[in-house]
Amino acid sequence: MQSITVTVNGQVYTKEVEPRLLLVHFIRDMLSLTGTHIGCDTSNCGACTVLINGRSIKSCTQFAVQADGKELTTVEGMAGDALHPIQEGFKEEHGLQCGFCTPGMIMRAADLLSRNADPTEKEIRWAISGNLCRCTGYNNIVKAIKYASAKMAEQMEPTEA
Amino acid sequence: MIPGSFDYSAPSTLEEAISLLQQHGDEAKILSGGHSLIPMMKLRLASPGHVIDINRIPDLDYINEEEGFLKIGALVRESDLEESDLIRTKYQVIYDATKMIADPSVRNVATVAGNLAHGDAANDHPAVMLALGADLIATGPNGTRTIPITEFFQGFFTTALEADEILTEIRIPVPPANSSGTYLKLERKVGDYATAGVAVQLTLDAQATCTHAGIGLTNVGDMPIEAVAAEQALIGQKLDDERLKTAAQLASDASDPMPDLRGSTEYKKNMVRVLTYRALKQVIEQILS
Repeated sequence: MQSITVTVNGQVYTKEVEPRLLLVHFIRDMLSLTGTHIGCDTSNCGACTVLINGRSIKSCTQFAVQADGKELTTVEGMAGDALHPIQEGFKEEHGLQCGFCTPGMIMRAADLLSRNADPTEKEIRWAISGNLCRCTGYNNIVKAIKYASAKMAEQMEPTEA
Repeated sequence: MIPGSFDYSAPSTLEEAISLLQQHGDEAKILSGGHSLIPMMKLRLASPGHVIDINRIPDLDYINEEEGFLKIGALVRESDLEESDLIRTKYQVIYDATKMIADPSVRNVATVAGNLAHGDAANDHPAVMLALGADLIATGPNGTRTIPITEFFQGFFTTALEADEILTEIRIPVPPANSSGTYLKLERKVGDYATAGVAVQLTLDAQATCTHAGIGLTNVGDMPIEAVAAEQALIGQKLDDERLKTAAQLASDASDPMPDLRGSTEYKKNMVRVLTYRALKQVIEQILS
């Protein structure tokens, strides 16, 4: 067993883990944060996408020990008092049907928008190419991310003094 | 899928990592991006007793030009290459390959050096590095040694790395003026291994005569393939359409693909021909424009 300390959604956790414990199992089973889903378990589908130090990764293909000392964000960490603009976008633009892929899509979109605040449709499609939606609801997912990008730009605009 | 049990170390220096390798021998595996190793461990195709995580070793994530070489450190992620202006503007063959590897979240983690050290003929960087004539720097107990890329791949999933060595740097000769390259990959879906992939790097002189040609092939044999006869057919020549077609055929002849779900041997060999021709044409246009 190995002791690790990880900050998840701003909260610090110290846990004893087996080195072979996958990060996604650590998040779901040890922290009871079940918003992060397990889909294919082979790094193809992106349902398990979370942020480590702001970059999206597939948590089925990392060991929890690798996250020692790092900062994680899961879908539970996105909303403050109100929904995050990306979440709002998925709601407003019907970006989800069954919702299974949604947490992964949202985390991937968060990484994209942090590096490219105003992506084109093509860039969005390229950016979510490692996240599969089995309902095939891609058009509305793209619209949802577009919505979020516009909303976040709006929020960034300086207010008049 | 749960991997078998293993011991885990995350050394903070290269020396420590190498001494762990010496200590554990064949039982140990190096973990960098882990996107080849961890899937194999989950499928129990690999069951190392000891995993040595090199991600905590500082200063291995550099991309810079120095002493006539582009130097890429062991912990450079695919996404670092994708976001590097130097790579995008001057090393298009690397850029084109990188953005075709897996998907953005995997590229945030996966490393170029890991892509090479895994020794998989289906990986994309081996062909790129063959086209660029890279040298690989291995660090072991007795210091570093340079392995030319042409000697690195020795068989099916087998490389020239010794059990106590770590691939620490990729060194690519800075291409002269009037050089360019590309990587064309035929894949069934985003993130798939190549049905066939072709890396091309060319240099032309002022009279548009070819002075350097590098052609590497992905996933069409037991090992990454350098299409030497195709390269020879281009060097010292004016690259008219007939010449390109000849080289494309020679590249196809150099391939030796197995039939699988991605296609028959005949189909894949033909795709090597088509992709090589297209890549050569595209690179010449890039140089002349």
